[in-house]
Amino acid sequence: MTMRGRSFYSLMLSGAAAAWNAVAEQRFPPPEFESGHQLPVTTVPPPRALWHEYADVAVLLLCLGLACYFVYRRRSRRSVLWLSVFSLIYFGFYRKGCICPIGAPQNVALGFFDPAYAVPLVVAVFFIAPLLVALFAGRTFCAAVCPHGALQDLLLVKPVKVPSWIETGLSVLPYIYLGAGVFFAAAGSAFVICRYDPFVPFFRLSGGLTMLTVGAGFIVVSMFIGRPYCRFLCPYGALLRLASLVSKWRVRITPDFCTKCRLCEESCPFGAIREPVPPPANPVELAPDRRRLGLFLIAMPALIAVFAFIGNRVAAPAALVHPTVSLAERYLDPAKPPPPKVPTPDSLALERADHDPASVLSDAARIRRRFSRAGWWFGGLVGLVIGVRLISLTLRPVRADYEPDRGACFACGRCFMSCPNERVRLGLLSPSEVPGAEPARSNTPPVAAGYIGKPKTAV
Amino acid sequence: MAEQENRSAPVTRRDFLRQGSRVAALTGLGGVAGLLASKLKAETLVWQIDPAKCLRCGRCATECVLKPSAVKCVHAFALCGYCELCTGYFVPEPNELNTAAENQLCPVSAIKRRWIEDPYYEYTIDETLCIGCGKCVEGCHRFGNGSLFLQVRHNLCLNCNECSIARACPGDAFRRVPVSQPYLLKTSYSHG
Repeated sequence: MTMRGRSFYSLMLSGAAAAWNAVAEQRFPPPEFESGHQLPVTTVPPPRALWHEYADVAVLLLCLGLACYFVYRRRSRRSVLWLSVFSLIYFGFYRKGCICPIGAPQNVALGFFDPAYAVPLVVAVFFIAPLLVALFAGRTFCAAVCPHGALQDLLLVKPVKVPSWIETGLSVLPYIYLGAGVFFAAAGSAFVICRYDPFVPFFRLSGGLTMLTVGAGFIVVSMFIGRPYCRFLCPYGALLRLASLVSKWRVRITPDFCTKCRLCEESCPFGAIREPVPPPANPVELAPDRRRLGLFLIAMPALIAVFAFIGNRVAAPAALVHPTVSLAERYLDPAKPPPPKVPTPDSLALERADHDPASVLSDAARIRRRFSRAGWWFGGLVGLVIGVRLISLTLRPVRADYEPDRGACFACGRCFMSCPNERVRLGLLSPSEVPGAEPARSNTPPVAAGYIGKPKTAV
Repeated sequence: MAEQENRSAPVTRRDFLRQGSRVAALTGLGGVAGLLASKLKAETLVWQIDPAKCLRCGRCATECVLKPSAVKCVHAFALCGYCELCTGYFVPEPNELNTAAENQLCPVSAIKRRWIEDPYYEYTIDETLCIGCGKCVEGCHRFGNGSLFLQVRHNLCLNCNECSIARACPGDAFRRVPVSQPYLLKTSYSHG
């Protein structure tokens, strides 16, 4: 029996080794057992039950509600901190950073552009709920619900101030990254934001070397620079920033009025607190800013057009990210290597293209066209973002008090206890201990005479 | 607090713009929600391997974000020939047809061989050991009935937005399937 089996095996080896995937299987009819043996059934373990997903939604909504309560009602940094520890454990280490809203814009984009793809209800809620909250209460999601933010926030040991020109320059990145994520999702159904997420490999405790290295880099940096991913890269943070710019309520540092002691500015590791800007004494001072504003407004359409053109050019190489496009490219390459003796995954793919070149090539052409169309939009968006950033540099909002920037504030609550007036409100200090604590706001000019600190010129 | 102050104070241009933008943003979000809701009847999708397109290249073992992979070998028992010389179980030209490790094709000994009746043996996969490398699948496909094949096991799969195996799959065998039909199984012997 053994010998017969072996010679038969060798025969098959010589005959069928070179056959293609469509080679006939089913060579030996199944036996009819005399012993009445019952065939086992192939098991089909089901996916995670739906109620688990709904539980995630419930936890998200509960955490969002609690975060708003802690920031606006209790004004307690400690509560926010504990909530963020919980979120880190639940959404981070228990749910492995997936499901999270950061990648959700890609699902929404794919849902719009791919008729076959339906955005799951849970993903839709994770996309919309934090944005909705941000429209009313700012970035409370970032403060205490996002596991990425919580991880970076908890790691911050020695905050270093980022120079404002770096901060301004890098602040366009989240929008561009968001645009790129939506661009790839819409054009090629690739999810770059998820693929290059620096923290999810840590939550999963497994991942590629590159991503683990990048993640480790972010972790080291976030010990010294507050929330580097949130500030300079997070694509969902870009949406939340826009939403909180027009939010109904905002985080207020001081319970009633500002003594301009600057303590809060020092307490914020994210550079989100803006100093008071007096109205210009003489309107003539504004003339250069006005001229620049006019120039940027006129230059904006040109900027958008130039970047849209660049985007369209960049789209062709970007399309190679798609496996089908890169396969078609390798198939058409005249210098492609001969198939190796032992097939590799790449040679198997080439062999597939050899057997059905028409479908691979037409698919690749279709994907390339989608990339090229999306490239216009993506480039235009980059131009728009840069243009708006330039315009915002010429604007000069008048501020009476030290205030958190609506867009940049993560609502973490660190500044509350730094404010002497807050301490007076809580009964930790008596009013007599706080210089200038008398509410004389109505008749003091925006920058009080007692204002401590070097005079700075507003941009 | 802020709102009460605003009500007594005249509405500034800035506040007016802010309120207008907020209403616009809310309308936009509502629109997005509505458009998403119009597709909600469609089912949630999960990743699965089409066994007809699988090229058994071995990337399922290496590309998955999980280690070991969420892809496992499964066995369609009704399709199996119960061969004594199983080309999915034994290495080419085995020394003996027994369960000794040097004769087994599976690098982790995840296939269990059990005698049923002469000359038939039953092969079962121990999924706690299987790494989804597809070596047995290749043997069974090439010389046998093709009853061994790879599937994404949904009790393990994290259902990533973009399956990292799908991106690397040379056969384009991964696709999203509705959650109510999460497996693409081979079933039974169809001809002969």
